[in-house]
Amino acid sequence: MTSLWPRIEPLLAKVQKPARYIGCEDGAQMPVHAPHKVGWLLVYPDAYEVGLPNQGLQILYEILNERPDAAAERSYAPWTDMEREMRARGLPLFSVDSHRPAADFDLLAFNLSAELVYTNLLNCIDLAGVPVRAAERGPDDPLVCAGGHCTFNPEPLADFVDFFVIGDGEEAVSEITEVVGDWKRGGRTEGSRQNVLAALAQVPGVYVPSMYDVEYDGERLVSVTPRHAGIPERVEKRTIADLNDWPYPKQQLVPLTEVVHDRLNVEIFRGCTRGCRFCQAGMITRPVRERSNEQVRSMVSNGLKRTGYDEVSLTSLSSADYSGIEDVVGGIINDPMCQGSVGVSLPSLRVDAYTVGIASEIAKVRRTGLTFAPEGGTWRMRQVINKLIREEDLYGAVESAFSQGWNRVKLYFLIGLPTETDEDTLGIAELARKCVAVGKQHTNRVTVSASVGGFVPKPQTPFQWFGQNTVAELQRKVGLLRDATKKDRGVQLKWHDPKATLAEGIASRGDRRLGPVIEDVWRHGGVFQEWSEHFDLSLWEDAMARHGLSIDWYVYRHRGEDEVLPWDHVSAGLHKDFLWQDWQDALAASGVEDCRWTPCYDCGACTGYGIEHVVASTLPPAGGSQGTFVPVQLSAART
Amino acid sequence: MRVRLRFSKLGKVRWTSHRDVARMWERAFRRVDLRLAYTEGFSPRPKVSFGLALPTGGESVAEYLDIELAHGEQPDVAALPGRLSPALPVGIDVLAAAVVHEKGSLQEIVTSCRWELSAAGADADLLEERVAQALAADSLVITRERKGQSAADDVRSAILSLAVLDDGLLECELATLTRGLRPNELLRAIDPQLEPGTVHRTHQWIQRDGAKCEPIPLPLPATAAPHARRAS
Repeated sequence: MTSLWPRIEPLLAKVQKPARYIGCEDGAQMPVHAPHKVGWLLVYPDAYEVGLPNQGLQILYEILNERPDAAAERSYAPWTDMEREMRARGLPLFSVDSHRPAADFDLLAFNLSAELVYTNLLNCIDLAGVPVRAAERGPDDPLVCAGGHCTFNPEPLADFVDFFVIGDGEEAVSEITEVVGDWKRGGRTEGSRQNVLAALAQVPGVYVPSMYDVEYDGERLVSVTPRHAGIPERVEKRTIADLNDWPYPKQQLVPLTEVVHDRLNVEIFRGCTRGCRFCQAGMITRPVRERSNEQVRSMVSNGLKRTGYDEVSLTSLSSADYSGIEDVVGGIINDPMCQGSVGVSLPSLRVDAYTVGIASEIAKVRRTGLTFAPEGGTWRMRQVINKLIREEDLYGAVESAFSQGWNRVKLYFLIGLPTETDEDTLGIAELARKCVAVGKQHTNRVTVSASVGGFVPKPQTPFQWFGQNTVAELQRKVGLLRDATKKDRGVQLKWHDPKATLAEGIASRGDRRLGPVIEDVWRHGGVFQEWSEHFDLSLWEDAMARHGLSIDWYVYRHRGEDEVLPWDHVSAGLHKDFLWQDWQDALAASGVEDCRWTPCYDCGACTGYGIEHVVASTLPPAGGSQGTFVPVQLSAART
Repeated sequence: MRVRLRFSKLGKVRWTSHRDVARMWERAFRRVDLRLAYTEGFSPRPKVSFGLALPTGGESVAEYLDIELAHGEQPDVAALPGRLSPALPVGIDVLAAAVVHEKGSLQEIVTSCRWELSAAGADADLLEERVAQALAADSLVITRERKGQSAADDVRSAILSLAVLDDGLLECELATLTRGLRPNELLRAIDPQLEPGTVHRTHQWIQRDGAKCEPIPLPLPATAAPHARRAS
């Protein structure tokens, strides 16, 4: 019995939120470990309450535990108070399921959803008692791997992670299990680590950074090339062709304590082809793969019955675009079993009255907040970013919301977008103000909150060449908006700290030279950088300076067409010339329509992998300029 | 119909908070499809009322909650423990259920609780000495906070009984009204040097027709229950 529980429990009275460390969730598994099984520790390198709901981790947890040759458990980054107690007593990172030491597993598999958790990844490896640098690990150390959206630029973590899994993990984890199982049966002998990594590099979608040589010319990256024959020059992402083959999670974890997104989550489609140019998720998860109506319904009704939740979120990157969304929502709300008491939430609402029509159906059960994301303040700006929402769509949506009983809407915007002028920035205030005016016709208590985030250009998007706005420039733009909204009592302005935007920018588009910087930030105590109470930009600036790296070069500089980008040898399927053309279209303020319902632009995501969109309807959804371009009356939309 | 449930909180689940437990119950009622009455108003809530909060980290075989069932819902009350326990986390088991006729919420009617406490690292001799001193004292003053205000309170009268058990645990009965005394406050009152250890609530007491009794007595004597303490 290798449970650390007897040593963990005495610490729990000394820390905040001890339930973070006990496991015991409904749906938690106690897999039996055995020498012939590959032990996976799935780690979300952020606080339990943020990591627990992560669906990707839960999906892999189930798939692996269904295999007779694998045993998977979970871990989350211990909060700083717990970490102090653990380090003081020499307690290593542990799984929350059976409280085994992390180093007892064969693999430490990290989920990377955001760049600012990179230092937590290092901290977790270190807490596990494993050398932080991959090159220093021996045959007794677990393999450290990572998946998730951030791995589409794996280079900043190349020094620390033995291998990355690019794209959908559902199939890849099984193939990896087999390779690692062979290694384990072979006795994990001295020197065998290189062999297992070479074998892993043969698994499609797996990237082993130590198998590549990187060449620089001064600041410029010249090439990233395989060191051995048989190692792929370019690692192509994995894509599952049909979501219906993967009805996971079947037993969503129900936490005992409060977490974010504490409700049933059912993924209704993966991928998005709206083509918003700033959106990395939309670019790297193509094509669109819808789950069938029947499967969504059965996952919802089984899930509600099993968990006892009274709210379900139908998740995707743009849920109102799901074919038959009204039927699915109506089915849940009017299901006699749900007794009209189950709330439905649709993240990523489209901005139009049609969508609000769906939302108001939902509000018959429970009225939740309404959030729209126009992202840009002017039509010109929105054409640049290809978020083709017209002003009348927004006003239609807001009108419809306020006339149906809402008195508060939230709007999301980005500042620091390519070609942005002050007129575009101020357009945000203008839009918010006009939304308040629309609302005033219906109710006196109108609040429109405008949340403004600084834009960070992301790899594998058309904006990957764009030089990010400086902290000073973002602060100036926030200032413009504060002045412009000062007198508007109905407009509530909120903004994201431009300093955090810079740190995210450093980590997003870096090459391998960023590794020592990330290590430096971590060694100086920079953990939980996603949390404003722990975030410290000076740690990042100092680390960059200590390693002789220029923030101008990595963050603020525009890149050229022929420049080798650090992530060019990792492919999301998108042709580089497609992305460049889309970047040029952006600069010309020219939008492109959604390719689900219009001819193919040959981005490469389908054709390259011999897959296709899986959509139930060949017709675009009704409503607004993002749909049919014909304003649809609410009553018509309901029929 | 108003139903009172008695339940345990033992093992790892003891590290969840009072609010966490409230959410577990709401999910459990939906899972077994036991329909509760709801409050009126903008955001209706199920009519559930809990007794005195157990400190996070404390174990208990004497937790209670009252539920108001939806109109027309008439379950077999004796079968409720068997129906509800599987829908609750390991360590939370429904021990008994009864229809409630008397007035007053649990918070209002419970007058005292019996606890078994340990003080980390304190030996039995020291505890015996402190207990004797506390019982002999006319007043025991501690400072404690309430609503951000710090106040010096004499808590001697809230200590209804106090003794050291054979296994070295402190056994005590502490009043809950008007302002009750919490287990950790008791330790501070008898010796500020004592470090809080385990906390276990074994009974909550009410007065019924002038006699002291439990809101729902267990079919077995509650003293048998501590064997379940290491169940999970």
